[in-house]
Formats: sequence, C-alpha cells, structure tokens
Amino acid sequence: MTERRVAITGLGVVSPAGIGVEALWEGLLAGKGFIRPIELFDASGFPCGFGGQVGEFSARRFVPKTYRKAVKVMARDIEIAVGAADLAFRDSGIVTKGIDADGPTIESGRLGCNIGAGLICTDLDELGVALTTAVDEEGSFSLKAWGESGMNNLTPLWLLKYLPNMLSCHVTIIHAAMGASNTITCGDASAHLAVGEATRLVARGGADAAVAGGAESKLNPMGLMRQTLLKRAATGWDGEPDRACRPFDEGHCGTAVGEGGGLLILEDLDRAVARGARIYAEVAGFGAACDPAGIDVERANAGSLDLAVRRAMDDAGIAPDQVGLIVAHGTGVPAEDLCEAEAWQAAMGQRVRSIPATAVTGAIGSLFAGAGGVELAVAAKALAEQTVPPTANHAAPARDCDLGFLCEPRQARLEYVVSAAFSVGGQSGACVLRRHEP
Amino acid sequence: MTDRRVVITGMGTVNPLAHDVEGTWQALLAGRSGVRATELFDASTFPSTFSAQVSGYDLADQVPDAERHCHAGRHCRFALGAGVQAWRQAELDACEQLDRSRLGIYLGSGEGSLDFDNFTGTIVDAWAGGAVDAVKWAELAFERMHLYREVEQESNMVVAHMAAEFDVRGPAFNVLTACAASTQAIGEATLQIRRSDADVMLTGGAHSMIHPYGVTGFIRLTALSTRNDEIPTSSRPFDLTRDGFVLGEGASVLVIESRDHALARGAKILGEIIGYGSSADAFRITDQDPEGEGAAASMRCALADAGLAPGDIDYISAHGTGTKQNDQVETRAMRSVFGEQADHVPVSSVKSMLGHLIAAAGATELITCVLAIRDQILPPTMNCSHSDPDCDLDYVPNKARPAAVRTVMSNSFGFGGQNNTLIVIGPEGDRPADATR
Repeated sequence: MTERRVAITGLGVVSPAGIGVEALWEGLLAGKGFIRPIELFDASGFPCGFGGQVGEFSARRFVPKTYRKAVKVMARDIEIAVGAADLAFRDSGIVTKGIDADGPTIESGRLGCNIGAGLICTDLDELGVALTTAVDEEGSFSLKAWGESGMNNLTPLWLLKYLPNMLSCHVTIIHAAMGASNTITCGDASAHLAVGEATRLVARGGADAAVAGGAESKLNPMGLMRQTLLKRAATGWDGEPDRACRPFDEGHCGTAVGEGGGLLILEDLDRAVARGARIYAEVAGFGAACDPAGIDVERANAGSLDLAVRRAMDDAGIAPDQVGLIVAHGTGVPAEDLCEAEAWQAAMGQRVRSIPATAVTGAIGSLFAGAGGVELAVAAKALAEQTVPPTANHAAPARDCDLGFLCEPRQARLEYVVSAAFSVGGQSGACVLRRHEP
Repeated sequence: MTDRRVVITGMGTVNPLAHDVEGTWQALLAGRSGVRATELFDASTFPSTFSAQVSGYDLADQVPDAERHCHAGRHCRFALGAGVQAWRQAELDACEQLDRSRLGIYLGSGEGSLDFDNFTGTIVDAWAGGAVDAVKWAELAFERMHLYREVEQESNMVVAHMAAEFDVRGPAFNVLTACAASTQAIGEATLQIRRSDADVMLTGGAHSMIHPYGVTGFIRLTALSTRNDEIPTSSRPFDLTRDGFVLGEGASVLVIESRDHALARGAKILGEIIGYGSSADAFRITDQDPEGEGAAASMRCALADAGLAPGDIDYISAHGTGTKQNDQVETRAMRSVFGEQADHVPVSSVKSMLGHLIAAAGATELITCVLAIRDQILPPTMNCSHSDPDCDLDYVPNKARPAAVRTVMSNSFGFGGQNNTLIVIGPEGDRPADATR
C-alpha cells in the first residue's frame, strides 16, 4: 500500500498583519511590527496593554448570504477560522458548495477538515447581562435565582458559541465538507498536529482534499489574564509595543498576546496537478512528540520539539543539511526561547546556526492554536517565493539562542523547510514542506 | 509503509456506576442506574435537578503519587485513575523494552470547569451600566483567580498529566469534538499504530460538565431531561417518553498496541480494533441531519475500513442519548446502513444507566463492547418500555441478553455534526469469514 503525495494548494491567513497571506508576507518582508495598544477592550488594568489584533474583522464577509445569521453565534475564534477557510478555498481554486452552490468542483464526502482550537473565552458582557439578573438583596450572585429564572436571559445557543469543535463545524457546514472532521486542542502545537493529521488523511486516500490549520483569540480579558498569570505576557518596551515581542533576541521579555489563524488546503498531488492548480509546496513529513515535564506549566519546556522535528525529517527522508529554512515558533518568552533553541540544535546539530531561520512572532505576536497555521503558511510561501523572510525585533541573539535569523529578506534556493511548535503542557508538532518541482 | 493490526491490552474507567471496569460491567448487566439528584452544586432550582455523578472517588486510591497531580481538575483525576487501571491491566510496568518515544497518547478530553465562584463573582462585582468595567474586572481577577485553576482548564492538560504519570514521549494529541471526542481519539490512535508512528498508545477520554455553566448550557439548548420526579429512570434512550439526555461525568482509558508488540511481550489481548470511520454532517450547528446521512456515512466508512459488510455486525452500541432527535435520526441512519438486516442486529444504549459522559462517552462504551464479546452478553437499554414508531429496532430493552457476539460496532455523534464509529472484535482475532481486508 503506497501513500499519496500531498500538495498545499491554498493558503488562508487572518492575522494582525491583515486579511490574507499577502498582507502578512509583505509585512514580514518589510520587517514591520504589528503589535499595538489593545483596542478590543480597555486593557489599562493589565500589566501588558498591547497585543496582536486583527483589527476590523467580521466573518459576515466570508459566508454565503444564507449563512449570515449564524455569525451571531460565532465566538471570535470561530469567525477567524471561517474567514481563513474562505480565503484558503478561494486561493486554491477548489469550488466548494459554500463558494458556488451550483458548481462545486469537489465531492462533499471527499473533503475533510481538521482545525486546531483553544479554550474559547466567554464574552464577559454577554454572560454578565444574564448573571446580573440573578443577584440577591446585597447584590451578590445567587445560584438559586440563576436556576429559577436568571439563566433564561442567556441566549439559547450560548454553549455552541464556545465549543472548540465549532470552528470545524461552521467551516464544514459552509463548505459542505462531509469527510472526516477533527479538532485538535493542544495549545500552540494544535495547528501543526492538525495539518499533520489531515495530511495523513489525504495521503492514505481517506479524502481528496482537506482544510487544516488552526485559529484562536486570547485577546480578551480572560485570555490576557491567564497569560499574565502564566508570566508569559511581555513586560517591557513601554510606549514601543511594536518592538516588544522579540523572539530569541537579547531583549526578549515575554510574548505579545495575539489573535488570528491560518488554514491550508491540502490536496492529493495528482489531483492538484491534473486540474492545473498552483502548488505552493508539498507536505513531505510530519512528526509529533511529548515532554512529560509539560505538567509543570511554570517551568518552560519545548515539548520535546527536537524529537518531533527529527521524526518529521525521518518521515520526509531528509537529513539536516537538506533543510533550507527553519520556521521557529519563537514565543519571545525568555525561558521558552532558550528551550526551543536547544531543541533545534539537538535536532539539527552544530550546523543549526548556518541554516536560515525565521519567526513571525516578532511581527504579529502569539496566536496560540492559530500560530502553527500561520507559520506553515509562511513556510509554504517561502518555498513558493524561494525567499527567506527576516525576523522582526531580532537584533542580537540572546545567549544560547543563536539561530540563523536575518535582518533583511534573502533569496535562497530552498528545497525543504521545517516548521515546528510546542505547547504549554508539553506537546509538540513538526512539519517538513518540500518545494514543488512543476 | 506498514499497516499493522491494533489490539487492546488494557482498560480502565471511572464513571457514575463504579470506579473500575468489572464493577461497571456488573452494574450495567444488572440494569442499575447511576442517576441521582445533583450534589456537586445546588441545582435545586434548575429545570433539571439531577445528573450522573462520580461519587466517593479519591485519586489517592488509584495513583501512587497523587500529590504530583494536586492541581489537576476533576475530569483529569478521573482520567488518571482510569489510566492507571488500564496501564496495570496491560502490565506495561513489566515491559522493560518499552520505548517511551514510541509510547503515544491520544485523548478526547474536555475542558476543565470554570472557577465558578471567582469567575462569576468578578463579572457581577465589576458590572457597571450594562457592561463589565474591564479595569475593575482585571483588578478583581488578579486578586481572586489562581494560575493553576485557570491553566488546568485548557483541554491539553489532561494529556500533560497522563504523560507525566506514564512517562509518555511519543506522539501526543487531544481531540475535542464534543460528544464524539473519545471515539474519535481511539480511532485516530489506532491509525497512529497502524502507520507505525507508535507501538503503544494510551487513548480514551475524560469530561465533567456537571457544574452550573455546563448544566446551564445544555438546559438552554433544551437537551437535558427534566424528569425531576422520576430521577433514576430519567434516561430513556429510544423510548417514546424520552425527554432529553442525563448529564454524566467520568473517564475511560484504553491501552492499545500493535498486535506484534503485544505478542512479543506476551501481553494478554482483550480485543482488536478493526474499523474506524469519521464524517461530518455539514448540516447545522443546532441539529443533526434529519436523514442521518452523516451518521450513516461514518458507519459505512468504518465498515469499509474493516472490510466488512453490514451483515457481519452482531451488535451495535448506540450513541442513544435519549433526546427526541438523536434517537430518531440514529435509528434512521442504522436502517439506511443495515437495510433489512437492521431488524436482526441488536442495539443498546448504556447511557440509560451511565448518563451521557460527553467527551468520555465513546471510550466508556467501547469498553462495554469488548466485555460484551468476552462474556457473550449484551447490556440492556433500560427504561425502554414505550415503543416509538420512529425507533423500531431491537434495543435489548430492560434486561441484559446472552447472545453470540463476535463483531461489534460503536457509534458516537457530537454537537455540530461530528460522527465517529469504531468496530471491534474479540482477542482471538476471528474476523467474520467473508472479511476481505
């Protein structure tokens, strides 16, 4: 039994750099920083008041007219995924039922979906409107009053706004994707794991194409509070938020909490070639691993990222000297950067410094379950453009964090690109992408 | 590429009926109900005042070093107990050559519960003129909220605790596809072994939504039974008088491994996973496809994966939640797949006794399928006495039934149209004679 080759034929990105993969790519090449003061809510009560915001964005633009009502029951994470899916399908040239109900070019049952998601944060105001109808004389919340009548003030579909599988569900409904459907929830590693799983689905013939990646927003009071408690949010660079997230840089001081997502269209290579699709790259290898020390969330670890990377390279049948670019995760949290740099060195050996590397976090911050989708989109774009993008805010490497980051974009002959990410909790995923030879 | 056979060598469970596999099985065969008045919080004024709770459970009874997991959430504690049971049954401690980088984990675990008092309190206390004053809220939140209570809500933390307990270094995943999650996890874990990404996988699921927000969410969706006067018999899958599901909680974990690996180390094989199917309804977030096409596609996909025909299935463990819609749609889907044979395949829902363990439901049900094959007996669908013209299959009503059982299908369907199916056979690996795979 042989496996099919899998091509990346569409990229959909919604990020702080804007809507679409081009906005991000151009921003990265220009070395721009997109981190700015938070406008989505008043963050002045938080030690870190800036983040990576998508800005004005609604999924309404990205759904068929008949589906616009449903946008009301989408948490922001879901809206981002729905937007990214529409962009990705349109980019791929695959016509789904959501794009043209009369002329789909793919059979519904042969279209799969795997979207990484996080713990979706409840909108405090939406819940508060109902909660404050259930208070006693002293103004304290009363569970008895909530049970009697208060809960009736909560919108009936409230729960469905926050189930992590709703990213996939809305996407499968809009695009009539009736094949295998999965939702991976492994923090920052989610999207790499989702893309790896979806690649295997297509490779073994379980689907002809799949939409995969991840999306998340922690740019809300609960999300920012949790990252602050974890001491992961950047603490310095007051007044210069666009310089605050500094992956592997000597001035790194935490990450910029952001929102966004990236979805890839993975397609049976033969099918993609037969229809004359533009092929960004092939997914040549995938690996996953786990660090049991991840249970201690106050101590940084890179989730055995080195093992995941080695597995992905083995899966692709390549050695470190064939890797032309490392897309690092680079959260900008000092202890995490150090662990990650060690992991890349362990996977690649001493040669690691001579391999060009990039991290998108300097420009757009941490996107959590959405991060990997964006990182893989950048990896695919780098292969298609044969260009290594620079890393914003990486001026001088922190001690023992010396990977091959660039200050300016560089043309390069790229055959293989490795991208990997790890979660708070100790899971990691890695993908090897290969240049497609037409 | 290898395509290896995948066997079950260990099983563990913590659920409303018992904190172990055999106790659970005996309770199910006796038709016992795990449904009681809710004690985890004051639900006395809620439209639904009952649930299927795990009671009298102490992690220290199950795990050698419970202190290590002192921050773990409720569902995570269940998972650890179930994991230790499965690990011990599989006798993996005795397996000196176990390569930890080829030991993986694929769970279908739910999120941890919100820190109810502090979360709710900060919103109410920071409320100002129709919205939360974010500055005040932040001040209160930093005063009242705790790092671990927050972080442990991320659904990958159960994987983290399990990885620490069993020194897992291989592929690690968590899937959260609502009520279908742990069935999907087991199916995907099976694929990891088939493709030789791991030799041994810990798989299953854990969930507890028996907290005010969980119950509120399901009540607002009108998904729960409100039969407050008939609590023990409130879960009534496939019965005409069913009025919703009963919320349960728990965890089930299985050790699965490549058959070669199990044979080489002399492990006792409990069963074999031979088929997995997954599909999406792609219909609506609120309803299942009324024709059951998505559910049927998942069953057909699993049959094709196993190389079986519908006639090869001896018993179906239904999703059978006890909601009006699910049981009708599920019946329709089974009729669509099994055709005329549908009348001859017994189907039952153990949710009639266990309640609905949400993400943990599928793994718990798969364990009962393995035991049904072992003991040649089918667990009943309890509280199934009033026939519904839309639910006209053989649901093994009210009494366990001895039967010749060789090949079993287990179905799970989740909110949003997630459908997953597994097919298992017994330890002898005697597949139906006409199997082509």
